[in-house]
Amino acid sequence: MNYIDLELIIPEISMALLAGLIIVFDLFSSNKRLLVPLCLIGLLVPLFFCIAAAQESAEAGFMGTMQVDDFSIFFKYIIILATALVILSSATYAKRFDNHQGEYYSLILLSATGMMLLASATELITIYIALELTALPTAALAAFIREKKSAESGMKFLILSAVSSAVLLYGMVLLYGFTGSTHLSDIGTAIATQLSGSAGITDHGVLLFSVILITAGFGFKISAVPFQMWAPDVYEGAPTPITAFLSVASKAVGFAIILRILYMVFENEALSSDWTSMMAVLSAISMSVGNLIAIKQNNIKRMLAYSTIAQAGYIMVGLAAMTSDTTLNTSGPVGILVYLAGYTFTNLAAFAVITAISESSGDDSIDSFSGLIKKSPILAGIMTISMISLIGIPPTIGFMAKIYIFGAAVETNLTWLAFVGVINSVISAYYYLRVVKTMFLNSASEQSPIKPSIGPLSAAVISIVGTVAFGLYPRPIIELAREAISTIVG
Amino acid sequence: MEIPGILSIAIFLPLISAVIVAVFLNGKTARGFALGASIMELMITGYIFIAHKQYDMSEKLTTWFPESFPVQYFLAIDGISAPLILLTGLLGIVSIFASWNVSERTKEHFMWLLALQGAVVGVFTSMDFLLFFLFWELELIPMFFLISIWGTGRKEYSAMKFLIFTILGSAFMLIGILVIFAGTGTFDMMKISELMPTANLIMPIGILFLFMSIGFAVKLPVFPFHTWLPDAHTDAPTAASVMLAGVLLKMGGYGLLRVSAGMFPDQLEKYAWVLALFGVINIIYGAAITIRQTDLKRLIAYSSVSHMGFVLLGLSAVGGGITSLAMTGAALQMFTHGTITGLLFLTIGFIYERTHTRHIPDLGGLARRMPIFTVSLVVAGLASLGLPGTSGFVAEVTIFVGAFPAFKIATIIAAFGVVLTAGYILWMIQRSMFGPEKPQFEQIGDATAVQVIPIGILIISIIAVGIYPAFVSDVFADGIAQMLIMTGAN
Repeated sequence: MNYIDLELIIPEISMALLAGLIIVFDLFSSNKRLLVPLCLIGLLVPLFFCIAAAQESAEAGFMGTMQVDDFSIFFKYIIILATALVILSSATYAKRFDNHQGEYYSLILLSATGMMLLASATELITIYIALELTALPTAALAAFIREKKSAESGMKFLILSAVSSAVLLYGMVLLYGFTGSTHLSDIGTAIATQLSGSAGITDHGVLLFSVILITAGFGFKISAVPFQMWAPDVYEGAPTPITAFLSVASKAVGFAIILRILYMVFENEALSSDWTSMMAVLSAISMSVGNLIAIKQNNIKRMLAYSTIAQAGYIMVGLAAMTSDTTLNTSGPVGILVYLAGYTFTNLAAFAVITAISESSGDDSIDSFSGLIKKSPILAGIMTISMISLIGIPPTIGFMAKIYIFGAAVETNLTWLAFVGVINSVISAYYYLRVVKTMFLNSASEQSPIKPSIGPLSAAVISIVGTVAFGLYPRPIIELAREAISTIVG
Repeated sequence: MEIPGILSIAIFLPLISAVIVAVFLNGKTARGFALGASIMELMITGYIFIAHKQYDMSEKLTTWFPESFPVQYFLAIDGISAPLILLTGLLGIVSIFASWNVSERTKEHFMWLLALQGAVVGVFTSMDFLLFFLFWELELIPMFFLISIWGTGRKEYSAMKFLIFTILGSAFMLIGILVIFAGTGTFDMMKISELMPTANLIMPIGILFLFMSIGFAVKLPVFPFHTWLPDAHTDAPTAASVMLAGVLLKMGGYGLLRVSAGMFPDQLEKYAWVLALFGVINIIYGAAITIRQTDLKRLIAYSSVSHMGFVLLGLSAVGGGITSLAMTGAALQMFTHGTITGLLFLTIGFIYERTHTRHIPDLGGLARRMPIFTVSLVVAGLASLGLPGTSGFVAEVTIFVGAFPAFKIATIIAAFGVVLTAGYILWMIQRSMFGPEKPQFEQIGDATAVQVIPIGILIISIIAVGIYPAFVSDVFADGIAQMLIMTGAN
């Protein structure tokens, strides 16, 4: 290793330093109001380094354990954006944590550091460590309210995350045992040579088994069925901004690493036909289960938890649509990236509104949205657009992303899966519109107008502007996503 | 005189007006502003209707999406769409007048009406399949709100039913569009017509035809997908009923003509008997149910089902030698039904404002109290049953003459539909307007000046097209002839 490699992880280093700085600042200053502006300004530093890195060509370092390319930078943008918006929407919410506000923000930043590392990790052990760095602060954050539900949420997340890590590790061990390397690219070549040899069949089975274990491990991250059990409880109990963080950033990096592993290791013809059909089935199940259970929910966070499971299903359509016959197809993965970016904007808008509402009503039930159009037209408008985007109705990015990803499915002969997807969108319209209906039609018990605080409101406005602007002109995101994917497709 | 970007102006004038209404105006000024915008829109659509043959109005922007996913902003107009746009402009202004007395959430009401109008114009002008689909979906949201906020009776149920039915239909359509894209590599509707015969489709073309047609059939609506229509029409506010019956149903007919007939001529010919069969079922079954209705709006709603059957019958008459005549009849039927049913819903809405009941047995003897409304109802009614001298006659006769060579028995049966229509229309007018005067209606008055304007506009257009049908039918005939040349049929 040489010191020049450090340059590759400057965004991560600056992020971690920012987390430290926040703690120190919190220690010496009693003015907690400066924390949020400090975080936001501080986040410009890693953002700047990411933009700088994007100008250069892809580079590997740390003995091949890390790779900074357009792909990882794409995800770093999403992570930084999500982190900034989550911190912004916590501005008032976090006041309830009194003296622990500094820890709250720095834990978010630390988790974001882990995510950024994960986005560029190309070696199994690095992946694992980055994953743990992502998960541990999140578990603490989930339990941050320190009351029964929140504690349960944190505990559940910690234990289930440990279980999923164990499964993941087992899969990695198998992979190492059969290929003798922990580097993704070496594993990829080893598999290619082994499978082209005569003794292909037995290896094939074991490799497939390790794909399944690894998928199960990451399935937890992206909350895909059948690894979704934690999501509703954790989402409901965790502080609302943290729920947003989990549903967006955590999911995005989950997909990032799955994409990287699938492309660098398992893109082999003999294997890909198997795992794409596995992904197709999981995707169909995720959408259907998530949407059907979401219909019955009365707590908005729980409803969005099931919605996020369904959304994971839609995104997995892109994973299933990676191969058509023998050639790798890129529109599926590009669709995943577009969808993730769109989902980030849309979901953060929804959660920012929920944060603003629960600040004034102290309640997360869907009924607390009754008559919102009278109480706060702007929040009601933002929530409506966000719900419309989640259904996939224009003029939002949700529509464009769905079209793109289902289009990829049709291109790769997965018309049935696209069909399941659109039918599921119809089902989802029912419960998303229930929220809209509650806001516009039900009358509130008390009529006092809600004056949203500046933090969540500005987060919601920024996100919704992104949702609509990229819904009308998605080209920049699609171009960025295409460049990102082209760097990992060999 | 050439006006650059006239089609975009026609779409975005109402849409931007809607935004202005939402952001800057309040109740009364919103009303005036909306009226101004709709007058402008009527002038623009009138200009487009008159001038579309003089020069090529098409607008194309190819940089909207990357080349790999070549969605274009492509607007164009031809003989098929020009009259329908004029109809939209006409009914747009009528619907503003119809909601002149809306006192509850006035501003929102006009905002949604304008947004709806813009989206519908978008559907009729889009020549890019995805843009077409975008506007097709965009129209749902305004209509959902119009029904669910300002409606009567089971309005929330009806609004949700309308929305779910339509997006279920469009789910099939979306799959179809994506399959066509996968097969032809373009979303350009003009190119698709040329490329379809040689396209490498991943599903049997018959199924593709079915998928596309289902989307339009739900909208038209075709039996057995018609059940949303009576609910939505009955519970919608007057302005929404006018738009729904007047132009939204025409989107289904337009789609059948432009897509099912324009892109799948062979399939249309093969399954023409199915269309004719369902056309006859619509006509007879719809009319039979209509006779049984006791609610004025529900009665007109079911009569729409019957009348849309004529559109189907007209479209089915391919291969009879004079295809274009029957198709022109079908298109003309769409236009005339828009004005006639618009007038019926408008008048009934006004009557309901005064009597507070639409239950026919409760009405009666109104003719003396409200002569203007009676005249309006009689004119619309007679046009609806196809009295010579009104536009309804021209359309139906054209369809019968055009369809007879192809489907003799079906046409004969369908002709009996006219008898049924005469039955329910005359019976309805007799029971509700004539007969002995009732004491509870002694105080009610006739149309106000503001209400006479939209009634006048529609009566004039009904009579004008009845006396000189070529004004509209020549335009349609021209557009259809061009389409048939392009598809190579006849």
